Amino acid sequence: MEQENILTALRTAFPEAVLDASVPPTDPAVVIRPGDLAAVMAFLKAEPRGYSMLLDLTCVDWPDRPDRFEMVYHVFSPASYKRLRVKAALPADGPAIASLTPLWKNADWLEREVFDMFGVRFEGHPNLCRLFMYDGFEGHPLRKDYPLRKRQPRIPMRSTP
Amino acid sequence: MPGNFLSTRFDAMLAWGRKFSLFHYPFVTACCGMEYMSAACAHFDIDRFGAGWTRFSPRQSDLLLVVGTIAQKLAPVLKTVYDQMTEPKWVIAFGACTVSGGIYDNYAVVQGIDRIIPVDIYIPGCPPRPEMVLDGLLKLQEKIKTQGQVWRWNKKTS
Repeated sequence: MEQENILTALRTAFPEAVLDASVPPTDPAVVIRPGDLAAVMAFLKAEPRGYSMLLDLTCVDWPDRPDRFEMVYHVFSPASYKRLRVKAALPADGPAIASLTPLWKNADWLEREVFDMFGVRFEGHPNLCRLFMYDGFEGHPLRKDYPLRKRQPRIPMRSTP
Repeated sequence: MPGNFLSTRFDAMLAWGRKFSLFHYPFVTACCGMEYMSAACAHFDIDRFGAGWTRFSPRQSDLLLVVGTIAQKLAPVLKTVYDQMTEPKWVIAFGACTVSGGIYDNYAVVQGIDRIIPVDIYIPGCPPRPEMVLDGLLKLQEKIKTQGQVWRWNKKTS
């Protein structure tokens, strides 16, 4: 019941931003407009909602959709012990969304990982550079169109028989 | 004639000395490290075969044990460590990842460390049992025993 309450509260506070909301068997999920992300997350973090923990932040590549990159944010409320999933779809061409680093410090490295693997740009991020791959690596390896066997070695490879 | 001396070839003696004094450098990056610890510590104890000295400086070691996945990001580091080791030196590829990349056939992982440095002994397994490690060590000792012994002063330096 309480899970539906947060969805209702979101719909009331952001009638334009909330595109879809559902309560699957697991956690409630809400799909929002990408431009309203910062406002929605600030609303969720503030009391009395109290979703003060950003558990994870990642991206999914749906190559067949026009809005190909779907950002997924998992937030958690320690007081009510409730989780919520927030999604926002970004276009294939130049995907960008607001950074959550002003709200949560741990968003820093999570967003750098998503930038590294998917090439999503986070506006307002203090240091948006690759987290895992090395300097000189080209492309974003978790995009579905990254060639499966493409290698980018840093040093020349020996030829083996 | 009193039996107070031993006759041998110098190369054979050198090989015998070298195979029983392998100072190893453990380049441990992943889960195979657990099996390495098991092989190196009291239960399986590679010290029984003269390879008990762990040197954490490549300049003092002559056996490079590459244990665990080598990412492309790490490849230059492994190459540098190998280049820093003094001759004679040997390399053991410990575990499936170092042998062939293992299950990681992707953008991030080197498909076998022999793409970077020469390897003497390959120990497959994910991870290999300590018995396999000991077997690999014995095979390396056999190789050291039978291979030509390289001399520093035999090498031509101009």
